[in-house]
Amino acid sequence: MGVGIEVSTLNAWYGANHTLQDINLNIPANHATALIGPSGCGKSTFVRCLNRMHETNPIARVTGTVRIGDLDIYKDAKPVEIRRRVGMVFQRPNPFPTMSIYDNVAAGLKLNGYSSRHVLDEIVERSLKNSALWDEVKDDLKRKSGASLSGGQQQRLCIARALAVDPEVLLMDEPASALDPVSTSKIEDLIFQLKSQYTIVIVTHNMQQAARVAEKTGFFLNGRMVEFDSTHKIFTNPSDKRTEDYITGRFG
Amino acid sequence: MTRIRFQRSLDDLKENLLVMAGLAEQAIQRAIEAYRVRDISICDLVSRSEIAINRLERDIDQAALDLLAMEQPMAIDLRFILSVIKINADLERVGDAAKAISDRVRHMEQMPVAELPVDIPRMASLAADMVRKSLQAFIEGDPVMARNVLTLDDAVDAMNKTAYKSLTKVMAEESHIAPQALNALMICRNLERVADHATNIAEDVIFWVEGADVRHHKSLKTALDPHSVG
Amino acid sequence: MAEVRTQRAENRLRSRIRWVIDACATGLAVLSTLLVVAPLLAIFGYLIYKGASSLNLTFFTQIPKPEGEVGGGMANAIVGSGVLLGLASLIGVPIGIGGGIFLAEFGRGTKLANAVRFTADVLNGVPSIVMGVAVYGLVVSPRMPFSAIAGGVALGIMMIPTVTRTTEEMLLMVPHSVREAALALGVPNWRSVLSITVKTASPGIITGCMLAFARVAGETAPLIFTAFGNSNWSVALDRPISALPLEIYRYAISPYEDQHRQAWAAALVLVVLIVAAVALVRYVAGRGVLKGAS
Repeated sequence: MGVGIEVSTLNAWYGANHTLQDINLNIPANHATALIGPSGCGKSTFVRCLNRMHETNPIARVTGTVRIGDLDIYKDAKPVEIRRRVGMVFQRPNPFPTMSIYDNVAAGLKLNGYSSRHVLDEIVERSLKNSALWDEVKDDLKRKSGASLSGGQQQRLCIARALAVDPEVLLMDEPASALDPVSTSKIEDLIFQLKSQYTIVIVTHNMQQAARVAEKTGFFLNGRMVEFDSTHKIFTNPSDKRTEDYITGRFG
Repeated sequence: MTRIRFQRSLDDLKENLLVMAGLAEQAIQRAIEAYRVRDISICDLVSRSEIAINRLERDIDQAALDLLAMEQPMAIDLRFILSVIKINADLERVGDAAKAISDRVRHMEQMPVAELPVDIPRMASLAADMVRKSLQAFIEGDPVMARNVLTLDDAVDAMNKTAYKSLTKVMAEESHIAPQALNALMICRNLERVADHATNIAEDVIFWVEGADVRHHKSLKTALDPHSVG
Repeated sequence: MAEVRTQRAENRLRSRIRWVIDACATGLAVLSTLLVVAPLLAIFGYLIYKGASSLNLTFFTQIPKPEGEVGGGMANAIVGSGVLLGLASLIGVPIGIGGGIFLAEFGRGTKLANAVRFTADVLNGVPSIVMGVAVYGLVVSPRMPFSAIAGGVALGIMMIPTVTRTTEEMLLMVPHSVREAALALGVPNWRSVLSITVKTASPGIITGCMLAFARVAGETAPLIFTAFGNSNWSVALDRPISALPLEIYRYAISPYEDQHRQAWAAALVLVVLIVAAVALVRYVAGRGVLKGAS
């Protein structure tokens, strides 16, 4: 089951660059929330603050509170623990190149110490089914490497890998931007199905995609969150003129 | 500003709709003028306007469909195009009503003149005024003016009810002028419809500018108020 | 009309000139390749010519005969080289890879990392004879004079810089996206480095180790003061031990014709063994990497 995310007064810096300013928002559980905004507005940085990947950069700094469920992820837990509860899928599919499909999906578990063959088999199968990839690869699990799949398949493999560790939240940073329309549709359908079990946050450049998959949408601009509301409202009658200018393409 | 081509397409759409609106307004004016002076030749003009209005309706719908498919309009642009499509339909109906009125006038011209207890020109001028005001609200994107139009509908409705009562009385008691009374009744009904279309246009303007759906406000009011007669 | 014709003629001339230049460039490239390959082929060919005839069972199974006597072989030198290189790898590969991992993953940008890198580069430039003398001073003592260990240490230290630098470079070539994928799964950094990053870079790291191995396999100077050489069978680590390069050196400058003959054979054997070792390791390592992975 997914959990809600509560963000209060989140500020983030890269060195001297104040990339996020006073972000406050509540992301509902078991829903898909989309984050839109022009390049460089901070939406990717924001998402990386939710699983503490932001701090893998040595010059990064964060202040404020992020609560996932009732856990303050900066005060009450270590980054490694958080990342097991909050999975991430990246813009460019990044399967581990030296591993088979099976090993890729099981990587999160194996590298954290699980080794029971029986349990791993079951989890790998379940994850691949949940990411709509099982039928296409079930005969080649150990023979084919993760990198030998097509782009769309690789991305679904990465989703399966993230799901295998049973997170409560799934963060997706422009998951379909490197994919063709058919693969994109498959990923979107997947998000629809996954919503009932996980809380999903999806960063996207593609507004139509946000409209298609997300119940709530947040608009980021210059490091601030300008508007956060139901997707329906944002795309038919936004409250803020800046939001309207962005989504009607009249920016600049 | 980006999307200049798109903005031009939106402006073109608006302009074409206004051309059609002009034709529709003119048709109503002509139909009432034909009634007032009992001139058949004006009825011919109305028929021709109606043909032009129908053609424009098809063109505008096609242009709107293209914009929806090709430009993925959002928010206010989407509401605008949707309103244009609806106003398009209402204006075409106004054209139909004008034609219906001019057909009644043609019929009445065959009959002797009768004194009827209805002030059709006044009702017509109220309805035409509503159409003009709603289109003005559209041109300027002014929701205040549009809301004003909504309040004028009551007067036309009241006149229509009164006309119904007095004309049915005439048809019962003065059967020699019953045909004229019947035609006059039908003209009143068409004028009442014109007023309704003007109301729709005003509601569409409010939807476009504010994103608020204020349709069927009257039925809501009557549902809540047991004393008003629907 | 006349202008068009001269324009066309000019174009034809230009394209002919281009063809000539292209042919010259290709010719130069081929020539350069031949110049590079030629010495290698020449050496190999000469070694085969001079040494192949001396390759016989005796050579591979017997130890050297006392000075002046004809016959004997270099069995102990072959085994000795194996022992020394084994020791050297045991020292050089772990330290080198560990250093490379430190430089690439844990110490990026720190002053310590810069110092380590600088030290490795300097170590690389130390002449091999100096290395031998240094290890002689540090390791060889009255309790443990010339020994296989000393030789292994000298060669091992010489392997370190190459392995370190190559490991660092190969690790840096692993795309950041792969590391991020591991971290995002909640894998601790050290585990991600070892199980993912190092594994991804392993073909390159192995190549680096092989380069270092091939280099020290033929080093003679450091062994003179450390392993010293031994004309008897000996694989004891704390006693002097024989090695192919040492025997080649000693036999080549000896006055005996028979020993010259054996020196040629030994040189041929040394080169072949190095090539074979490298090929074997690459084959075994290649089997471990899945098909399709780049």
